[in-house]
Amino acid sequence: MDAKIETPVGERAKLSVRNLNFFYGSFHALKNINLDIPENKVTAFIGPSGCGKSTLLRTLNRMFELYPEQRAEGQILLDGEDILSSGEDVSLIRAKIGMVFQKPTPFPMSIYDNIAFGVKLFETLPRVEMDERVEWALKKAALWGEVKDKLNQSGSGLSGGQQQRLCIARGIAIKPEVLLLDEPCSALDPISTGKIEELIHELKADYTVAIVTHNMQQAARCSDYTAYMYLGDLIEFGPTAELFMKPKRKDTEDYITGRFG
Amino acid sequence: MSSIDAGRLAMHAKRKRMNFVALALSLGAMSFGVFWLIWILFETIYLGIGGLTLATFTEMTPPPQGEGGGLANAIFGSFVMVGLATLIGTPIGILAGVYLAEYGQKTWLGSAVRFINDILLSAPSIVVGLFVYAIVVAKLKSFSGLAGSLALALLVIPVVIRTTENMLSLIPNALREAAYALGTPKWKVIMSVTLKAASAGVITGILLALARVSGETAPLLFTALSNQFWTSDISAPMASLPVTIFKFAMSPYENWQKLAWAGVFLITVGVLLLNILARVLFKNKH
Repeated sequence: MDAKIETPVGERAKLSVRNLNFFYGSFHALKNINLDIPENKVTAFIGPSGCGKSTLLRTLNRMFELYPEQRAEGQILLDGEDILSSGEDVSLIRAKIGMVFQKPTPFPMSIYDNIAFGVKLFETLPRVEMDERVEWALKKAALWGEVKDKLNQSGSGLSGGQQQRLCIARGIAIKPEVLLLDEPCSALDPISTGKIEELIHELKADYTVAIVTHNMQQAARCSDYTAYMYLGDLIEFGPTAELFMKPKRKDTEDYITGRFG
Repeated sequence: MSSIDAGRLAMHAKRKRMNFVALALSLGAMSFGVFWLIWILFETIYLGIGGLTLATFTEMTPPPQGEGGGLANAIFGSFVMVGLATLIGTPIGILAGVYLAEYGQKTWLGSAVRFINDILLSAPSIVVGLFVYAIVVAKLKSFSGLAGSLALALLVIPVVIRTTENMLSLIPNALREAAYALGTPKWKVIMSVTLKAASAGVITGILLALARVSGETAPLLFTALSNQFWTSDISAPMASLPVTIFKFAMSPYENWQKLAWAGVFLITVGVLLLNILARVLFKNKH
């Protein structure tokens, strides 16, 4: 692979990945990745299973560090500051770069506390302001109308789609700058998926969004830029419309037309 | 009918016969076990209720061949020592279980602690009793309720460690990652998320440990000894239900034997209630 840096034209880069290599033990999972994730846009990562797209997402908030056998080499710049080598506490980095996972993971507490939990880690708010913040986050995640009368009930009593929106609300309540979504709809039905896609569209006004998805229609529907990855390499990166309508590389075309993958 | 159909029917008939034999064997094995259990329960209830009076709860253990008397001091002693053992053993057990599940899964220290805990879990309780006798009773030159509590605590700890570790390792990693993704520090992830998610299981483990130690006799024989009188002084020898039962049941005196049965009944009912409570708690959360 050439080590050319993929930079969207005319966009400000929020996150810049430079010469990133990733290892699971001795397995080389990401091979010299270089790309810029543009600010206030939705960037989708597609590719067959095992191509490294989730791995890449998990390096962006240093989630991989929970597992001692995993390591990353290279740089990930958030507004120009390298977060991989930074002396800053990883908690503070994760407060700026939020993440939502494949399966909904409500915490074992009430709906209200699920949202307030993260906020309390970084801010001491009087009760009234906390109430406002919880309401704001739930409204942003298009969940307020469904839960406003049962904020004290357990979060695990909600449906799968509601739980996932609760997790998104929890993520945005601490006001991150970047939101990483790791296949957020793979466990959801089409209606919940539709709601979350709408939500993603609205979120990009305030946040930089990076989404990993198995669903190419989803990438085409809700992203501005798309990266196609295969076996740890970044094969092609560009504006979503361009990548899907006239891909530059044969591999990409084969994958998105279903001839491969 | 084709030959394939005939073959299938023959196979099916054979499976049905096998199924019948297997079912009959397992039912037989089950009824053999349940038969003895029900007999024990029946005897306990029949003889236990016979010996049970209001005086059982209000009067002290009587001298031999006397009239009346109860188990009040033994019941109280059991409560004090089991309670104290839980107070000592539960925090240590939970903390060690958290260490094993969240910090030291793959470290050599974790493996060593897990191995030693397994040994402690299956150690005969009389060994634990002798150990406490040697390091506490022999040093202080006095049997005491405190020594009894320590011996029971040593039995509580391994059970609580094991259940806490098991329950925490059942919590999916996705939940931990979700908490870390918000920038939560590790101690807070454990306190507010994983331990909370595992709380029903952990509490069940504590209750089962309680149920186990409340019937233990051997560790109390050389530590708390027994006491004919009411005492709330934990530095003095203290009566307990199991030891009193042991002493009374072996005696030739009829009033003691009756009280022993009453004591057996009380312990059985107590342990049964603890088990039911543990089940209800666990079920409600899952």
